Amino acid sequence: MVDIMLCYEGKSKIMDFKETELRLGLPGGEEKSGVNYGKRGYGETVDLKLNLLSEESDLSLGKEKNLLSRSNDPVKPPAKAQVVGWPPVRSFRKNIMAVQKNSEDTEKGTTVAGGAAVFVKVSMDGAPYLRKVDLKMYKAYQELSEALCKMFSSFTIGKCDCLGMTDFMNESKLMDLLNGSDYVPTYEDKDGDWMLVGDVPWEMFVGSCKRVRIMKGTEAIGLAPRAVEKCKNRN
Amino acid sequence: MLASGLSELFLWLFSSSKDYNLLSTRVPIQGAHLMRMDPNPKKPNISTPDSAISNGSTHTYSSFPDEVLEKVLSLIDSHKDRNSVSLVCKNWYNVERWTRTNLFIGNCYSVSPEIVAKRFPRIKSVRLKGKPRFSDFNMLPRDWGADVNPWLVMFAKVYPFLEELRLKRMTVSDDSLEFLAKSFLGFKALSLSSCDGFNDDGLNAIATHCMNLTELNIQDNVTEDIGGGWLSCFPDNFVSLEILNFASLNSDVSFDTLERLVSRCKSLRVLKVNESVSLEQLQRLLTLAPQLMELGTGSFMQELTPRQCEDLEISFRNCKDLHALSGLWEVTSPYLPALYGACAGLTFLNLSDAALQSVEVSKLLAHCPNLRRLWVVDTVEDKGLEAVGSSCPLLEELRVFPADPYDRHHRHGVTDSGFLAVSRGCRKLHYVLYFCRRMTNAAVVTVVQNCPDFTHFRLCIMNPGQPDYLTNDPMDEAFAAVAKTCTKLRRLSVSGLLTDLTFEYIGKYAKNLETLSVAFAGSSDWGMQCVLEGCPKLRKLEIRDCPFGNAALLSGLEKYERMRSLWMSACNLTMKGCMLLARKMPRLNVEVIKDEESDDSQADKVYVYRSIAGPRQDAPPLVLTL
Repeated sequence: MVDIMLCYEGKSKIMDFKETELRLGLPGGEEKSGVNYGKRGYGETVDLKLNLLSEESDLSLGKEKNLLSRSNDPVKPPAKAQVVGWPPVRSFRKNIMAVQKNSEDTEKGTTVAGGAAVFVKVSMDGAPYLRKVDLKMYKAYQELSEALCKMFSSFTIGKCDCLGMTDFMNESKLMDLLNGSDYVPTYEDKDGDWMLVGDVPWEMFVGSCKRVRIMKGTEAIGLAPRAVEKCKNRN
Repeated sequence: MLASGLSELFLWLFSSSKDYNLLSTRVPIQGAHLMRMDPNPKKPNISTPDSAISNGSTHTYSSFPDEVLEKVLSLIDSHKDRNSVSLVCKNWYNVERWTRTNLFIGNCYSVSPEIVAKRFPRIKSVRLKGKPRFSDFNMLPRDWGADVNPWLVMFAKVYPFLEELRLKRMTVSDDSLEFLAKSFLGFKALSLSSCDGFNDDGLNAIATHCMNLTELNIQDNVTEDIGGGWLSCFPDNFVSLEILNFASLNSDVSFDTLERLVSRCKSLRVLKVNESVSLEQLQRLLTLAPQLMELGTGSFMQELTPRQCEDLEISFRNCKDLHALSGLWEVTSPYLPALYGACAGLTFLNLSDAALQSVEVSKLLAHCPNLRRLWVVDTVEDKGLEAVGSSCPLLEELRVFPADPYDRHHRHGVTDSGFLAVSRGCRKLHYVLYFCRRMTNAAVVTVVQNCPDFTHFRLCIMNPGQPDYLTNDPMDEAFAAVAKTCTKLRRLSVSGLLTDLTFEYIGKYAKNLETLSVAFAGSSDWGMQCVLEGCPKLRKLEIRDCPFGNAALLSGLEKYERMRSLWMSACNLTMKGCMLLARKMPRLNVEVIKDEESDDSQADKVYVYRSIAGPRQDAPPLVLTL
């Protein structure tokens, strides 16, 4: 992201900068040249805007607020400030990147064993809409995990490895995961039971999974005993 | 237009009518004549022809046979023309109101159901719009209003023969839908665009009770997770469906039910399914309904055998009447060629749910020489737009949506060069919606020179306040060129770094402008004043994050009654300024939506609209009516 330096010399005849003080989100009103007005403008806007989100506002925007405050990587430029309702794109258009990456990965030759696709709905707590995935497109939990991460990246708070399913083998890591506020994938199997994803071998999972729900670790606590039991049995 | 020519003709012919002095010299507004004329509950008397007519003379008539007038007025469909006609004289007003069958209300709060019921006794079809457009971008509280229920209650009483209802940005509850389904026996067409508030139960009721339904059209649905069971509520003997669009409902529907429905509805011409329908299933639907004119596919991501691919290709080729195509979720290049057989006849291609790359879209567009409207995602990049320019010479409308609106993946997207490429090849372009991260004044100037017929110019440079990326100048020159060159311009959205100069130009040149959207632009109140003073046909003005204050707001006092609405958010308005406006203009509703954490004296979001129904009673607590 290129820093934009303000250096035009006021070719327009109407420039009363004094009037533009105390403006909210008006990068164009800066008096000084050479100021990185873009970022500063955002900063002011963000401070005032994102704090003003009402309770009923889109949860995804709420998550984006967290995304902004968490970004502290000194090398990359600071995360783009996300202003409410800008750019003016409707919610259903916001997630197309995840879909595209998914298709790209699919194209790169993950062959699918013959037979009908296994479409399951994937929901994530707090996201305003669901996704559909074909479990036959993946060969292992890791692939599914990556795909889900990308799909819901606009709603999660950064960390993609929050869906590390192979960690379930380790009992203490499992308990950490479930106690944290990270997201944990669960699924409903053919018997109507809700299980933690990663319990059973992949093929068995594809065969028995009816739908997937990504929930907060703390909410999944109730499922833990079963998972822990299975861990113990396996060890 | 024939109809407007007709009304002008009548105006001229009857300029000596003794009732002419009732014609207002003020600029007519829809509400105004509702207030001035007493609605006459009786049907007008049929008067005998004047002797002057039988003489063959064409000079002053004192009356004109109502029968003839009725016949003539029945031919006029445009509500704008009808509004003009109704202002000629009292007699015409009465005949017009008895012959109007299509009701259009652009702001549901500008008038009340009671007033409408009194004036128009014979309505068969209604189009109603509710929330301001910025509700699409989550800028309004959930319970803001625009509930359709009070309207339905009135319609049931006064228009039992209502056939069509088209709602946009309104709240529609399940109860309302059930009430609708049960109250109007001959109900035919329901269209819900960007509406919220309903769920399975409502749709179940519609499917169950509307025996003569020809259209069920749900676009840009806002509500999450509406179930798919409604499809199974259509009775087995139900065959009248012509238009079915559930593309934006994201739950599964029973494919068996859908298949049977499609096979028995022989008049089905528009079918837009949702993602739950697979490619294989789509192929079966196409075989059953080759007569389709508009198709929205389901998910295009499925492994198909070569045989299945072939079948799909053949099915598409057999749809000889197909002129509009959309959907194509998760489409991948191996399956795009299946579409080629149907592309020659396409006039509208909506790829906004399919993030295609430039190579893919180029190949596809090579088969679509007759396209008039194209929607794409900016993953096609400038190269893809070059293909648009070279393959689609008849293109009239282009919309480019951002794949990555929050710039998380730092994609290139489209730029000034893609825009230029399209304008060179598509000289008939008159509608553009373009999301980009880079633009130059020079490019826009050239674009409008190539395509001077723009009626809708919506350019969104996604970084607020970004200047010309080559010269670092404000983008004033670009929009000045748009305003000056495009004399037919009706809708304009501006973006980038803009000073008051842009608005000076808009006020000076954009004489046909009706809708203006402004964000993160302008330098002072003067900018907004220029627009309010200069654009005579302005109807909708929406402004956010601009340095316009009370002085600018109040400069438009005279103007707002001639407009549908004004929206200003995150500007410099105070409660005092808004209250002053409300006090001075009693026929305007001035509503302020408070942000909980802000200062009490600031007016964060202001919505002003004309209304003859007075302040609304159903505003939620966060919305203050002044």
